[in-house]
Order: sequence, then structure tokens, then C-alpha cells
Amino acid sequence: MNNEQPLLDVRNLWIKAQDQFILNGLDLRIGLGEVHAIMGPNGSGKSTLVQSLAGHPGYTIEKGEISFDGEDLLTLTPEERARRGLFLAFQYPVEIAGLGNGYFLKAAVNAVREARGQTPYDAVEFLKVFRELAPLVGLGQDFLERGVNAGFSGGEKKRNEILQMLLLEPRLTLLDETDSGLDVDALKLVARGVNATRSKDRSIVLVTHYQRLLDYIDPDVVHILIKGRIVRSGTRELAREIEREGYEPLLTAMA
Amino acid sequence: MNTSTDELTPLLQRGYEAGFVTDIETDQSPPGLSEEVITRLSETKKEPRYLLDWRLQAYRAWLEMKEPHWSIAAYPPIDYQAVSYYAAPRSVDPKRPKSLDEVDPRLLETYRKLGVPLHEQAALAGVAMDAVFDSVSVATTFRETLKKAGVIFCPFSEAAVEYPELVRQYLGSVVPYRDNFFAALNSAVFSDGSFVYVPPGVRCPMELSTYFRINAAKTGQFERTLIIADRGSYVSYLEGCTAPMRDENQLHAAVVELVALEGAEIRYATVQNWYPGDEEGRGGIYNFVTKRGDCRGARSKISWTQVETGSAITWKYPSCILRGDESVGEFYSVALARHRQQADTGTKMIHMGRRTRSVVISKGISAGHGRNAYRGMVRMAPTALHAHNYTRCDSLLIGPHCQAYTIPVLEVRHPSARVEHEATASKIADDQIFYCRQRGLDEETAVHLLVNGFCREVFQKLPLEFAVEAQKLIAVSLEGAVG
Repeated sequence: MNNEQPLLDVRNLWIKAQDQFILNGLDLRIGLGEVHAIMGPNGSGKSTLVQSLAGHPGYTIEKGEISFDGEDLLTLTPEERARRGLFLAFQYPVEIAGLGNGYFLKAAVNAVREARGQTPYDAVEFLKVFRELAPLVGLGQDFLERGVNAGFSGGEKKRNEILQMLLLEPRLTLLDETDSGLDVDALKLVARGVNATRSKDRSIVLVTHYQRLLDYIDPDVVHILIKGRIVRSGTRELAREIEREGYEPLLTAMA
Repeated sequence: MNTSTDELTPLLQRGYEAGFVTDIETDQSPPGLSEEVITRLSETKKEPRYLLDWRLQAYRAWLEMKEPHWSIAAYPPIDYQAVSYYAAPRSVDPKRPKSLDEVDPRLLETYRKLGVPLHEQAALAGVAMDAVFDSVSVATTFRETLKKAGVIFCPFSEAAVEYPELVRQYLGSVVPYRDNFFAALNSAVFSDGSFVYVPPGVRCPMELSTYFRINAAKTGQFERTLIIADRGSYVSYLEGCTAPMRDENQLHAAVVELVALEGAEIRYATVQNWYPGDEEGRGGIYNFVTKRGDCRGARSKISWTQVETGSAITWKYPSCILRGDESVGEFYSVALARHRQQADTGTKMIHMGRRTRSVVISKGISAGHGRNAYRGMVRMAPTALHAHNYTRCDSLLIGPHCQAYTIPVLEVRHPSARVEHEATASKIADDQIFYCRQRGLDEETAVHLLVNGFCREVFQKLPLEFAVEAQKLIAVSLEGAVG
């Protein structure tokens, strides 16, 4: 990791949901342009971490600090975080029947563009950008007419998340188990979309159960999250070790 | 239609924008209702004798009737003797509307402020407007253009004098004065409204529109609209309505009758934004309206679209009698009840002819302490061979204190008839809002997107300018409803 100020700096984070601590003093630093993978068993707090970073109202921050690009993230509303370039690809993308996908995407892109001081896209410009990006994740124009995620297959929902990421050009992308429930072909499309966004000024956090996704997206750092804390960090090799031996040895060592 | 946050901010601050009062000298009849009051009203309007006789018959019938209380709306008793049944700006000649240049500038200004400029050069493109202010029509635009096409579009009081044959033939033929309590009251005391006649084979070249404005206090508005589409003709009509903010409740009891002869089509849209009362339920309009269309001829079609955001109480069931074979009835509705508003609305589709078809799409939105009911009836008569109805009622609830009801009645008297009914009730979910916010949209915008998505099917049925207006109206009405 470089020594400059990281894009995301999480220090001693304690988070409660429904009166239970889920994160217990978590520390995490993500540098600009880095790809981090966070792995961990079920219930270790992975989704809590990324959802809290996005500002989900269901979690109470008891203690800790989070800075994003030098700014105190905890003082910002979810939409302000999004407009500053923080993007969460949802594990379970929400369905909104009746609201046209195209209408929704354009409203979202323009809200973010305006916050960045860019001129909003008109319908023609939006369509042009959409046509460039949608094929990357294997989606066609018919998809604009459908309701947001309504009646989408699991794979289509995840691809829609990646498409939104491509459209919104975030600085930090949090992928919450985007690989879960995908077949190999869908996984490859998702990976292609994510790899297309990799650059020196964009960072990515992959939350995953399995190292399978890491066969397609190569991380710079791998963290193991257990019981609300990062217990080990390492390279790609750490993910392979987990794949071979499971979390059991780490859990035993903690006990 | 892109409504960005910047455009919405002023919208959200405007509240009930139509709540102002026009300061104008008004001639108002003293409160109370009697044969004498009705006779005087008829004289003021220089009506032919047949109309006065009809009014008096209606009044006598009304005296025998009881106010209906089967709707979900609860309200204190109405004192019908405390209402003034006629109010008109002194500057308006009760006999005849003048040319626009002669209309009192304060009235023109009122309509300009309401977003419906009456001067033809400033008017909405392709829309002819009849402006009704309290009990009288103050102006009707584009009459010459319409006349060239053979279309009659004029205030009802003028039609009663100029086209007595048409009025006598059709008045009360769809909604007889005995139909119900409020229809009888309206028949006795109705003041102005619009009259439309489209001759055979004519496609009306413009959208027709009436804007109803209540201004005077302690008065009610009792307008009557009659639209006749002769064989093979087409007409699209839109009504809008607003009233000042007052602490008292004001009564609005209108009757609308539509007649579609063979092969004719009538599209009737309403954007109803009467003053809804305040957060505590003080004031607001009691909107007790009877609207019915008669598909009298074969292959005729009547389509109702309504966006109901205003009124303290709405009691309204725009219906279709599908008499002609293969006639078609449609009802598309968005009804919103927030604060203490009570909306009991829906439709009746009465299938009599063979292979008649009807579609009912109802979207109810409840917020605050609002109560919203869809009440509908589909009747397949023994003669309705192979008739078909499809009904869908969706309710959206915002917040923990509102209520939604769906009360469908189906009567099927022929085995070949098909009736489908679907209903859903949903809440705006926190995850839907969070999802939108995570994509950079603020909460207010997120709610508008969700609600507009919910209403989309109905808004698509409105003429474009009005669809935009309806969307804005819903946005304004839901200000602060979430969070």
C-alpha cells in the first residue's frame, strides 16, 4: 500500500443493529486505485460493513471514524455519499415495478453528474452512453423500458448493478456478494464490467464468500473478516488458503 | 419528462398554490333552498320554461330523498339551508359570455395565475377552454375555430337557450334526477357547466377543457356538463378544478352526462385539485359528483381518466353503461388521500350489449391520516353475451396512519361473460428509498419516482401537458409525506 492518504479510511468501527454489535472495532484502509477483497463466513459482518459505508439507516454507528477522500463520511446522507462517488452494488437489488429502468438510470446519472458540476445528459446523450456500456454486461436496449429490476432474473439484477456502476463512474465501488447465485457465464460478464472500471483513480471492494470471483478479478489485497473484525490481511494467496482449508483454522485460533 | 431536483425544489415549497381568493364584487343569492330560490335562479339565467319545470320536479324528488352514507367518509351533517346556491361576479352578464376583451381583467388574471391563460395566443396549444367561475361561465375560447368544424362548445346556460332540442333530448337521459340524492340536488340548482355536441363523423379538432373555480365563500358549485358525440365522431375533454383555502367546508355537487352514439368515442379526463383542507382536516371541498357515460350506439367507446388529489371528501364513481354491442368502457384513476382527506371513488361498468368490453385500472395512494377506498361494480346483464371486464386495483400506503380499502362488486348474469379482478396493496418500502438514495437521488425525488412509477399507467392516458401537470400535482401533494 502507498503512504498517501487512503481513499477510504475506517478506524475502530463499532456498529450495532437490533441491539447487537456486528462490527467490533474494525479497521480498513483502501488506497486509490486498489482492489480489495473481503472474505468471511456467514454473519461475520461483511454486508453490515458495506451497507453502513453507504449510509443504510438500519445500522447505528456506536463508535469509530470513517473518512472518504479526506471527508467525514458519517456526516453525509446516503445520497451525498453516492454523489461523492461511493457506489454499492447490492447483494439483493431492490425491485421497483412501474418505474422505468431508463428513467431511473437517467435520473440517477444526472443527479450524480450535477453534483460533480457536470452538465446533465439529455435523452440522446444518455442513450449514447447507455449503448456504449450496456453490451459490456450483455444488456440490450429493451431493458430500458422494463421496471427497475422488476421480474429480472438473478443474473440480470446483478448485471444491472454493474451497469449502474459503469454509468455512475464511482471512485469507490463496494460489491456486496455480487457473485452469489451467478452461473459462470453471468460471473464472467460481471467480472468484465468490473475490470472495465479498474483504473488508477478508482478503488473497488469485493465482498465475497468464495474465491471463485477472484479467478476473474485479481485483487491487490485480501482481508478476512470474522466476528466483526479483520483478522488477517494478505495477498491473493490468502484467498487460496481459505479455499483449501476453510475459515475453521482461523476460528479455532481466535477461540 | 425529466423532473430534476432543482426543478422540484420550488414545486415542493408551493403547497396548495391555487388557494388564493380573487377580490371581486359578487352577486350571491342568500343562503337557503326553496322553489322560490330555484325559480329566481332560472329567471336570472333567462332559462326556457322546460328547464325550470325540470328543476322543480328534481327539487320535489330531492325533498323525498335521503343523503347517502354508505361511503367510508365520515363528516358532520350538512345544512343545505346554509348554502348559497348562486354566486356570480357582478361584471359577468348572466345571459351571454362576452368576447375575451370584455371579460373583467381580474377574472383573466385569476385564470392566468392558475396556469390556464384564456387569451387565445397565450393558451395551451390545441386546447379550447370554458372557464367557469362560481356559478357562471366567464369565457369560452376558440369557439369560432370549433364552429367551423361544426362542434358546439358553450356554457350550459347558453345551450339551454340556443339548442333547446338537443338539451331537452339528452339532459337527464344518462343521469335522471331521481338517480341519487346529490344528482337530484344538482338537477334542481345546477348553474353553469359545459355543453358539447360533436356532429356525425367529426373528429373534434381541439382538446376541449373546462376549468371550474370556486371563489365565493359560503357557496357551493353545482355545475352540469353534457357531452354528446354523434355517430362516428370523436372528442377529448378535460376538466380541472380548484378553490381557495377556507376553514369552512364547501359543497361541490356536479353531474356529468356523456352520450356516445354509434361508433363514437369520448375521452373524458379530470384533474381534480379542489382545496383538500389543512393537515388537521379543517376546511376543504365536499366533492359529491355523479358522472356517467352511456355507450348508446354499437362500437362506441367512453374512457374516463381521473387524477383526484384534492377535496376533503371525494364521492365519485365515473361509470359506463355499455348498451351498444361491442361498445367499450374504460376507467383509469389515481386518487390520493393525505392529511385527513377521505376518498371513496371507483366506477360502475354496466355491460348490456354483446361483446362489450371494459377495463378498470385504479391506483389509490394514501398518506398521513388519509383514507382511500376503491368501490366498483361490474355488472354483466343477461344480454351481455361474451362480454369481458378486467379490473385492477392497486393501493399504495405511505406512513403508518393511513388506510386503504378495495370494495368490488361483481354481478354476472350470463355464463359467457368473463370478469377478471386483481388487487394489490403495498407500502413504499424503506429499501426502495435507500436504493434510490444510494444512486444519488434525494429522498423527496425517490418518493416521487416511486409514486410516479405506481401511477404511470394512468398518467399515460392523459393528454401530455396534463400528464406533466398531474405528475407535479402528485409531487406537491406528497410533500413531507415521508420521513
